Amino acid sequence: MNIQEQFIKDLASKGNRNDGRKEKDYREIIIEKDVIPKAEGSARVKFGDSEVIVGVKMGVGAPFEDKPDSGVMMIGAELSPIASPDFETGPPREDSIELARVVDRGIRESKMIDLEKLCIEKGEKVWMVFIDIQIINHDGNLIDVAALAAVTALHNSKMPTYEKDVVNYEKKTKKLPVRFKPITITVAKISGKFFVDTTLEEENAMDSRVSVAIKDDGNICAVQKGGDSLTESEIHQIFDLASEKAKELRKLIN
Amino acid sequence: MTENVLKTDNSQTKMLKNDKDFVVPGDEIVKSMEYLPGRNCFREGDSLISKRLGLVNINNRVISVIPLSGVYLPKVGDMVIGEVKDVQSNGWIINMHAPYMAFLPLSGIKEFVDTSKTSLSKIFGVGDFLYAKISGASGDSLQVSMQDNMCRKFRSGQIVKIISVKVPRVIGKQGSMINLIKDKTGCRINVGQNGFIWIEGEKEELAKNAIKLVEQESHTDGLTDKISALLENKGGKK
Amino acid sequence: MVKREDGRKPDEMRPIEIKAGVIKNADGSAMVKFGKTIAIAAVYGPRAMHPRRMQEPDRTVLRCRYSMVPFSTTDRCRPGPSRRSTEISKVTREALEPALFLDEIPKTVIDVFIDVIAADAGTRTTGINAASVALADAGIPMRDLVASVAAGKIGKEVMVDLAGKEEEETSCDVPIAYMPRSKQVTLLQMDGDIPVKDFNDVLKMATKSCEQIYKKQKEALGERWIK
Repeated sequence: MNIQEQFIKDLASKGNRNDGRKEKDYREIIIEKDVIPKAEGSARVKFGDSEVIVGVKMGVGAPFEDKPDSGVMMIGAELSPIASPDFETGPPREDSIELARVVDRGIRESKMIDLEKLCIEKGEKVWMVFIDIQIINHDGNLIDVAALAAVTALHNSKMPTYEKDVVNYEKKTKKLPVRFKPITITVAKISGKFFVDTTLEEENAMDSRVSVAIKDDGNICAVQKGGDSLTESEIHQIFDLASEKAKELRKLIN
Repeated sequence: MTENVLKTDNSQTKMLKNDKDFVVPGDEIVKSMEYLPGRNCFREGDSLISKRLGLVNINNRVISVIPLSGVYLPKVGDMVIGEVKDVQSNGWIINMHAPYMAFLPLSGIKEFVDTSKTSLSKIFGVGDFLYAKISGASGDSLQVSMQDNMCRKFRSGQIVKIISVKVPRVIGKQGSMINLIKDKTGCRINVGQNGFIWIEGEKEELAKNAIKLVEQESHTDGLTDKISALLENKGGKK
Repeated sequence: MVKREDGRKPDEMRPIEIKAGVIKNADGSAMVKFGKTIAIAAVYGPRAMHPRRMQEPDRTVLRCRYSMVPFSTTDRCRPGPSRRSTEISKVTREALEPALFLDEIPKTVIDVFIDVIAADAGTRTTGINAASVALADAGIPMRDLVASVAAGKIGKEVMVDLAGKEEEETSCDVPIAYMPRSKQVTLLQMDGDIPVKDFNDVLKMATKSCEQIYKKQKEALGERWIK
């Protein structure tokens, strides 16, 4: 292990961080809505230097066979090579797929989008909601930034109209039917203590992390653990911290 | 942009930029055959043009541009801080955030190593930060050595990264700036010409903040005063 | 005089916004907006080139990737390269190469990544404008900045920075990239059906507009580096 990782771990063992924050502190959060003119909804979110833009696009297509009267939601993510010297061009790698799928579960399991209201013709035509996550600069905690951007974008999405078998993107009147604001909080374990909103250098030094998606009513709707093993008691502590922080972050979306 | 017409004995010279003016690539600095292109400058017809984003430097008849950005370009003799990326049978591959990776040969270290008994990774492993000297830089072949007294592997402390072009400002005239920071913070500091800086001591946080401030404000006046103020104000606190 | 869809004069471009240094991790970066079209460019390098077999023994390779983000277009576009984006990546690279000094640091690569996050005509030209500022921002040695715009002709009127329905109505679409100081054209494409004289008028309109863009590129770099 190199001295920089050791340095981060030493600070962490005392509950301190390289940028002066404490375990439960977030970096400066900036949220901008409607940044992409042609998207149905969009948001740009920054936690410190980590920056993500999420765009929501809609179209009409066939429903899944087992859910003939339900709209379809798909989430994709690109770890664009603009965002880090370590991101390469090419097909999505495991990190970008995991990011997309973790954000997806938080939104899907919470039933945030009322997919039942997106049916046009049962078994034949439903609205498809595409949520695309574009990483702009990577300085850690991308899952949380992306999830917050996705939820913000969805809450500000307007649906195109479907007339005479054609989607009319010029006419957007109705809001996308959404309810709830699931918030994903990733908690990292470094030197036996728990930290939120890790920077890239903290992620290189962490032992493990758990991402938890929490609904407005406090229920957990998705969990993803990465890294080394954790005890049950540690998992409880992580859930408590995540719940506390989810309430705070939720207030930032309007 | 100021236009000065210098009277010379023959043709006229048109100075389009002043010393310390900000220029971008393609900016014409002077129209004259009396001046020579220095670093980051080139001649096109009778004009001298900036190659890079930076500040004009006029030294007698030589026009250069001091870059404000850009990756580190290694020079023989430079002390640098690099990270071991790979261990090979006869040396180590070092990443110093330059256009090339560097090679530290086994012959380049101070200690005598019996390779039949010791594996190279026990001396320096992947991830170790080393203070080394550039011993060879020709073409794409970049070599470092650890023979110099100052060279060593860092065992504790922290690493700070700044843009390599700001390193001269952090060091200061004859080390004045870096010594000021060392004195006021009680820290040992090793500066790599490649922009990596190692700090260890009582007030590492303060030293780091001072270095970052030099990086941000390097092109402004009164820099030394600003740094002194920062170091004095925070002097009493941890 | 023809009144354009959005009220612009024929030689008037859409509102332009340029910001340098927008991506902290990159060696250089820029964001450029032309009306509703937004492109972000990041430059990494010069750095070691991998795979090694693609290195050039005596020069730096310039590698460009132009990519449209799925939510950038009216109809969502699938992620990943397309034939169109591959062609644009190539002509972008060729538009920027003449501006660079590539024989100074052999066996290295300069990577230019352009992400178009909002597409409303002129994406390749917006991308080139962003890439050029990003290269200068990164401290890459250059002969000049490269400015880029597309021009065309509708009816009798030559116009610049076509947008919206103009793309369909124009008799020709001519995107160019231009180094204003040396007056060199580094990108030239055209589709349409017009006599040569018209083409020359359109080209003239485009080069003139590039000079205006060039000023804004310089201003953006000044704002970023000299506060």
